[in-house]
Amino acid sequence: MSQPVISIRALSKVYARGTEAQVTALNQVNLQIMPGEFVAIMGASGSGKSTLMNVLGCLDADYDGEYRCDGVDVRALDKEQLATLRLEKIGFVFQSFNLLSRMDALHNVMLPLSYAAVVPEQRQPMAEAALKAVGLGERMQHKPGELSGGQQQRIAIARALVNSPPLILADEPTGALDSKTGTEILALFEALKLKGHTIILITHDEHVARHADRVCHMLDGELREEIAHVD
Amino acid sequence: MWIDTFRTASSSLRGNWLRSTLTSLGVIIGIAAVIVMVSVGQGTQNEIDKMVSGLGANRLDINSGASRSGGVRFGSGGRTTLTQSDAEAIRQQIPEVTLLTSSLRGGGQVVYAENNWSTSWQGIEADYFAINNWSVDRGNTFEASDFKSGSKVALIGETVRRELFGESEAIGESIRLGKTPFTVIGVLTSKGQGGFGQDQDDIVLVPLETARRRLASNNTVPGGVQQITLSVERAEDLPYVQEQIEVLMRQQHKIQPGAEDDFSVRNIAEIIATRTETTRIMSLLLGAVASISLIVGGIGIMNIMLVSVTERIREIGLRMAVGAGPREIQRQFLTEAMLISIGGGLIGIALGVGFSLLVEKIGALPVALNWKVISLAAVCSMATGLFFGIYPARKASQLDPIEALRHQG
Repeated sequence: MSQPVISIRALSKVYARGTEAQVTALNQVNLQIMPGEFVAIMGASGSGKSTLMNVLGCLDADYDGEYRCDGVDVRALDKEQLATLRLEKIGFVFQSFNLLSRMDALHNVMLPLSYAAVVPEQRQPMAEAALKAVGLGERMQHKPGELSGGQQQRIAIARALVNSPPLILADEPTGALDSKTGTEILALFEALKLKGHTIILITHDEHVARHADRVCHMLDGELREEIAHVD
Repeated sequence: MWIDTFRTASSSLRGNWLRSTLTSLGVIIGIAAVIVMVSVGQGTQNEIDKMVSGLGANRLDINSGASRSGGVRFGSGGRTTLTQSDAEAIRQQIPEVTLLTSSLRGGGQVVYAENNWSTSWQGIEADYFAINNWSVDRGNTFEASDFKSGSKVALIGETVRRELFGESEAIGESIRLGKTPFTVIGVLTSKGQGGFGQDQDDIVLVPLETARRRLASNNTVPGGVQQITLSVERAEDLPYVQEQIEVLMRQQHKIQPGAEDDFSVRNIAEIIATRTETTRIMSLLLGAVASISLIVGGIGIMNIMLVSVTERIREIGLRMAVGAGPREIQRQFLTEAMLISIGGGLIGIALGVGFSLLVEKIGALPVALNWKVISLAAVCSMATGLFFGIYPARKASQLDPIEALRHQG
C-alpha cells in the first residue's frame, strides 16, 4: 500500500503558552489521508480549523507532535524549506481566490511554475492544460476582473493543479460564491478526485462537506471523524 | 530564474508607471549631476594641464605699468617702465634665473599680396621659445645675428599663415606689418586655443630689436620693453626669485619705500593653482548636489518600496503560499528597487551627457566625456537601488505567510 499523503500523530498547538491568554488550538490531533481521498474538515470559527489548515498547508511548522506531508517531516523546517515543500506538495485554493489582478488567467496559473525548476518553454503548455482541466480553455487571456466569481475560482483551482502536487488544500472555496456556482465548483472537485487528486476541503458548511468522502469535525481543538456516511 | 524575477518586477512597475517614474526622478537628477560634475571637472582639469604645458612651468612674468601718471592708474603694460637694463640686471644678479626674454608687443594689420589680417605681433629674444615651450614647425628660427642687427624677418603662427597664404607656401615670402616689409622665415608649431581661450596661433614673432625700431613707434622710452618673462630651474625657487626681483626692480626704478610699484610680477603657477582650486571647489559642489540628490532619490525609492510592500501584503502571502521562499520575495522587491534606480540612472546618463554636450557647444565650460564617467554613473545608480532597496525587500521577505494571506486591504 502506498504511503499516506497526510500523516498526523498526536499533534498539538498552543498559543501564548504560559500566559493567562493560553489557548490550546489543537489538542492531540490524529489524521491520516491516503492518496485519492476527498476529505472535508468541518468546524465553527474558533474550533482550531484554521490552525489545522495552516499546519496542513506547511505554513506553520511550530507545533508539538508529528506531521508528515507526503512522507516529509515538516516540523522545524525553516522558511525556505517550507516554501519548497509547499511548492512541491500543496496546491492552495482560497475563499477569496487570491488572483493577481494585473495578470491574465494564464499567467496567474503559471505563477507557481516560476518558482519551480520548470523550464520556461514547458510552463505555458502546463498552465493551458490545467486551465482546460477546470473548463476555462477559452478564457486564458482574460484578466480576473473580466471573469465571474466561479470562473475566478476555477483559475485558482487550475493554479493549484498546475504542477500536479500530491495534495490540494481548499479553504472555504465556495464561501464567496452563490450556491449554484458553489455546487459547480464542488462538482469540479469531485471530478478532480475521480482523476486521482487528493483533496482536503475546509468548510463550516455541512452541505459543502457532504460532497467529500470523509468528514472530520473540529471542536475545541479536537478532531473527530464522522462515521462514513451512507450514500 | 532571474529572468522570471525581472519579468515580475517590470510588470509590477509598469502597473504603477507614473509612480515608478516620479520615484526615479531623484536618481535621474543625481546621476545627471554626477555626469556633469565629472565631465566638467575633468574638462577643466585637462584645460589647465594644457595651459601649464603651453605656458611652460616655473615662469614669472614681469609687466610694465601698474603705475600712476597724474592720478590716472594704468593697468599692467599700460605704460612702458621696464627696460633692457632691468632685464640685464636680473640676468646678472639673480643666478636662479635660467632663461629670460624681454618683449614688446602690439597689434596691427599684416598684409600679403591682396590678403590682409588683423593680428598681434611680439618682439622677442632667443629664450622666448624655451620659456614658452614653443618651436618652429617649418623653416628656420631666428639667428643670433637677427636679434643683434634687427633683421626684418618674421615667424608666423598657423592662423596667420592660413589667413594670408591659404594653400600656398609662406616661407621666403614677404609680408608687410605696419609700413615695414618682413621676410617670413618660418611657421610656428600650432598650439591651438590657450588656457584663457585665445588663439595662440594668431601671432607674428619678430626679433625684439626689430620690433623696437620698426613697430613700436609709440615706445619713447630708450631700451624700453613691456614684459620680461623668465623661468627658473626649480619650481620651489619661484617665490624666492619673485621676491628678489621685486626688490631689485624697486632699486632699479628708485622707488621709495611705501610708494607704488611701476611694475608687476605675475606668477603663472599661482594663477594655475587658483584655477585648479576653483575647479576643485566647483567639483565638490556638484558632487554634493549629486550625492544629496542620490540620497534623496534613494530615500524616495525606499519610501515607495515600503508602500508597495504594504499594498501587496496579500500578493506576497499568496506568492509564499504557492512556493516562493523568503529569498525569492526579497529578490523580487530588490529587483524592483534596482529597476527604478537603474532606469533612472539611464535617463540621468542621457540627460547628463546631453547637458554636458550642450555646455561644450555653447562653450561655457570645457567638457571631457568618457566611458569612465558613464560607468561611474551607472555604478552609482545601481548602488543607490541596492542600498535603499534592501530594507523594504527584507521586510517583505520576513512577512509571515499566514498573516499576509489574512491581511485585509
